[in-house]
Amino acid sequence: MIESILTYLAPGWAVTHAAPLLVVVPMITATLLVFVPSGRLAWLASILASLASLFFALVLLGLVQADTATWTALSTAGVETNLTEPGLVSYALGGWMPPAGIEFRVDALNAMILLLVAFIGVLASIFSWPTVNAEVRSEKQNLFYAAYLVCLAGLAGVAITGDAFNLFVFLEISSISTYVLVALGAGRDRRALPAAFNYLVMGTIGATFYVIGVGFLFAATGTLNMADYTVMLPELAGNRAVQAGFAFIIIGLGLKAAMWPLHQWLPNAYAYAPSFVTTFLAATATKVALYALIRFLFTVFSPAYSFEMASFEWLIAPLAIAAMVACSFQAVFQTDVRRTLAYSSVAQVGYMLLGVSLATALGVSAGLLHLVNHALMKGGLFMAVAGVVLTYQGTTLRDFAGLGRSAPWTMTAFAICALSLIGVPLTAGFQSKIMLLQAAFDSGWWWAACVIVFSSVLAVIYMGRILEAVFFKAPENPRKVRKEAPMLLLIPLWVMALANLWIGLDASFPYGLAQSAADAVIGAGGGQ
Amino acid sequence: MMAFLETLNPGFVLVLAGVVGCLIPARRVRQGLMVAAPLIGIFMLSQANQSMDLATAELLGLDLVLYRVDSLNFIFGLAFLIAAFLNAIYALHSDDQLQDGMAMAYAGAAVAAAFAGDLLTLFVFWELTAVSSVFLILRAGTRAAYFASMRYLAIQILSGVLLLAGITYVYQANGEVTLAAFTSLDDPGAMLIFFAVGIKAAFPFLHNWLQDSYPKATVVGAVVLSAFTTKLAVLTCARLFPGFEILIWIGAVMTIFPVFFAVIENDLRKVLAYSLNNQVGFMICAIGVGTPLALNGAAAHAFAHIMYKALLFMSMGAVLYRTGTTKANELGGLYKSMPLTTVFCLIGAASISAFPLFSGFVAKSLTMSAVAYEGYVVAWLMLLFASAGVLEHSGIKIPYFAFFGHDSGKRVKEAPFNMLLAMGLASAICILIGLPSFFGLGYGWLYDLLPYPDVANHYQPFTLDHILTQMQLLMLAILAFILLKRFGLYPPEKPGTILDADWTYRRLGFGFANWAGTVWGKAGPAMTHIAGLLAGRGYDRIEAAFSPRGQLSRGPLTGGMAIWAAALLGMAMLLSFLTVQ
Repeated sequence: MIESILTYLAPGWAVTHAAPLLVVVPMITATLLVFVPSGRLAWLASILASLASLFFALVLLGLVQADTATWTALSTAGVETNLTEPGLVSYALGGWMPPAGIEFRVDALNAMILLLVAFIGVLASIFSWPTVNAEVRSEKQNLFYAAYLVCLAGLAGVAITGDAFNLFVFLEISSISTYVLVALGAGRDRRALPAAFNYLVMGTIGATFYVIGVGFLFAATGTLNMADYTVMLPELAGNRAVQAGFAFIIIGLGLKAAMWPLHQWLPNAYAYAPSFVTTFLAATATKVALYALIRFLFTVFSPAYSFEMASFEWLIAPLAIAAMVACSFQAVFQTDVRRTLAYSSVAQVGYMLLGVSLATALGVSAGLLHLVNHALMKGGLFMAVAGVVLTYQGTTLRDFAGLGRSAPWTMTAFAICALSLIGVPLTAGFQSKIMLLQAAFDSGWWWAACVIVFSSVLAVIYMGRILEAVFFKAPENPRKVRKEAPMLLLIPLWVMALANLWIGLDASFPYGLAQSAADAVIGAGGGQ
Repeated sequence: MMAFLETLNPGFVLVLAGVVGCLIPARRVRQGLMVAAPLIGIFMLSQANQSMDLATAELLGLDLVLYRVDSLNFIFGLAFLIAAFLNAIYALHSDDQLQDGMAMAYAGAAVAAAFAGDLLTLFVFWELTAVSSVFLILRAGTRAAYFASMRYLAIQILSGVLLLAGITYVYQANGEVTLAAFTSLDDPGAMLIFFAVGIKAAFPFLHNWLQDSYPKATVVGAVVLSAFTTKLAVLTCARLFPGFEILIWIGAVMTIFPVFFAVIENDLRKVLAYSLNNQVGFMICAIGVGTPLALNGAAAHAFAHIMYKALLFMSMGAVLYRTGTTKANELGGLYKSMPLTTVFCLIGAASISAFPLFSGFVAKSLTMSAVAYEGYVVAWLMLLFASAGVLEHSGIKIPYFAFFGHDSGKRVKEAPFNMLLAMGLASAICILIGLPSFFGLGYGWLYDLLPYPDVANHYQPFTLDHILTQMQLLMLAILAFILLKRFGLYPPEKPGTILDADWTYRRLGFGFANWAGTVWGKAGPAMTHIAGLLAGRGYDRIEAAFSPRGQLSRGPLTGGMAIWAAALLGMAMLLSFLTVQ
């Protein structure tokens, strides 16, 4: 199916330049949006730009998955594919060959992340109009969409680049636009401003750590290209500068990925940002940072280094476990639904990090599958909350009481995503949790499996509280009439909910992606 | 149509009937459905082919066997279906949509689980039995019943979670989820499943949920509950852990310890709950022996036990329904006003005490012989002691305190007709399978249904030594009861002169049991209290740490995180530097 996009749908130039276009199209559109007077027009433009990104992401996935038949078909048609080896697209920007120039490098791992980001981007931008129109002042709407597209471009850039310093640049592009987007929530709740400020300071600490780490690596190797690191670092594993760089980089990226206890920017940012921003960020931002972490852990460095194994065992895994327990408990006691979901996000990042810290192909693919599934379920949950914010202007548990009767379609989709988050069989969450359990058993990490089960029980409690209020409690305000979210919101929401069910029944597509992604990095890193 | 019925698990029909039943407000229609569904199930079972998997499915890449009938689960499934039928009749006097429906769904889940051919299907229905049965306790409507039902649910779900964890492990190790016997308990998967089964079967120290919840259930609920959950666990145990020697000792201990509690217990339905525990012990012990004769004993005992335990719970239910209590000190002398119920209760009591010519005798003899043939002398003696105990608390205490004993002065109506009918049918079964073989009836009918009918048909329950041993046991136990009863009534000096040595011995034994029971009775609530206090403290600690105003959420946000980041960086560096020399 994806091959047919390559051979029939995509023109030759699109196949050749898919990698830069994926980033450039939203970036250029963003600059143009500054001159667009109408918010609605800006919205349509942002949908188009996101769709273009999705298209290029599919092309890249097709190239990465291309078999020899497609390859020969493309080369006989005279299309330059930039495939240097099967499953690896390497694009030299501006014709400057790496390592001197910047390289965009796509393998199975980031093709999957790019597809996720672009897919969520399309759904989120379609869904955005009613909530943005209600929450952002009309003269700022075009700038809002410009910031969103810059953020999308930045996230895609982080996921696509093969250059360590370029990654920092894109990370800052996406982060700075995110600070702006969060601050725009001030129209609804003034607490968005301190949240954005805190996020800015903490995010900058993370970015600084990262760039210091890259500086150490540059000092030790004289290159910024990740593929070069793969080749050169094994000889320098005993070098103190390399080790210090490693420490700086994992902490910096860990902060961006909301690794416990460096997650404290997240709950407030998610709770007070505009609904659309929360939805988009929850499904993409931490995921992309986690991708970058995986990239560094398995491609640049590798589990073959004893210091990396040690930090898996003594740093990342314990922090993951702590996140799963502590943040689930914190989620239990929240009274605001968005904060509950935000804390649960940190806990779920713990699941993914736990999978990664197993350092086996099974563990990494389980972590990646959970990453995809979590993007789908959290995206759906925040969309449903956005619907409630739109119609009832409230996000506390009390505001949710009795909504099952007044907004049945919204709340049914919410319930499906909530069950998926808990990990009920026949939903996406079950598939990835069972894989995580298997991976933990496979590595003999008994205690980790126990914590996964325990944390799932906590998830039952915190999601159960919300579901109980929604479906079994009488509304606080008896005048609440039946008021469903608008269609524009419901359709993307139900796409998310059905995706959760579909993956619950047949996980072969995301699982295949996750597995080949894990194989790509575990193989490339030269690890065990 | 026939072909369809042959390949459909009868449990599904019952579950469907139960769910539909919850939605039918018309009483007669609903109750008609409730009575018909088990009969349809029995018919479907009679058509089942025992040599193949009758219904399979594939889900998430796993091969599931939804319906398989073999010699082991046939008799359990049949007993479940008969019990469901009797229960439906017994419930006819009440008009309770939820209770009718959930009782049938519960029975259906147990039947479906009995005929499940793989672990995952078993798990699904294992959980369904837990979820559906909790309503039977909840519907009693009292505050105590509400809390008991929540405790019950928590324990049952825990059992399900353990089972699921075990299944995950087994799948991870073997790549399949077939329902095959384990070879040892060293495997963590086997251990997890063993505990899951242990909870449902109420192994010692995992048993408290049973005595906690069953006596608090509704009149009908207690009857329904007594049939399925523990026997499903027995079946699963026989499937997965036959011949595990540890089960012999678990079973033997299980038969003995409830005796003491049952003797000093005042609530007669709780006495029955203890004796249920004790009876399941016999079956577990037989499974531990694991020979064909012993497995026959477990299956036969389960079948007979479902019938007479239901009968006893029915009779106590009738008493509760008419008088409003089952406390021994508030009852007595009811034989005058409830004569038929008295007779049925006596039949049940005779059956559970294994009087010859009643069902308990032909079933229990198999187990006792199997234990003896394999040379487990200590276990055999323990079972023998427990047999006497059964008579003491279930055989005599129940009918004596309820229907005879000191006259409470209560004059009530005889039980409703539908209750009498259900009790009558159950009594008929208890007697018919206890008689010597005649015209295809009698114990031969039961023995033909057992997992190893050839072995069973070679076995003669009515031999002189069996009958003699049993009668000696029973007579002495009755004598003991009479003596104790008398000395309980009169000051101890008077009778002390008549039976000195024996008296001190018995007095000591009884006194010890009494003392142990009192200690246990005091220590139990004290422990619960302390556990409650600790749990409360723990909850407060957790809330103090994690709530929005808690310790984790306090302090300068940005500065705090900067410190955290620095600390983690230091740790990461330290780790790197330490591991690379």
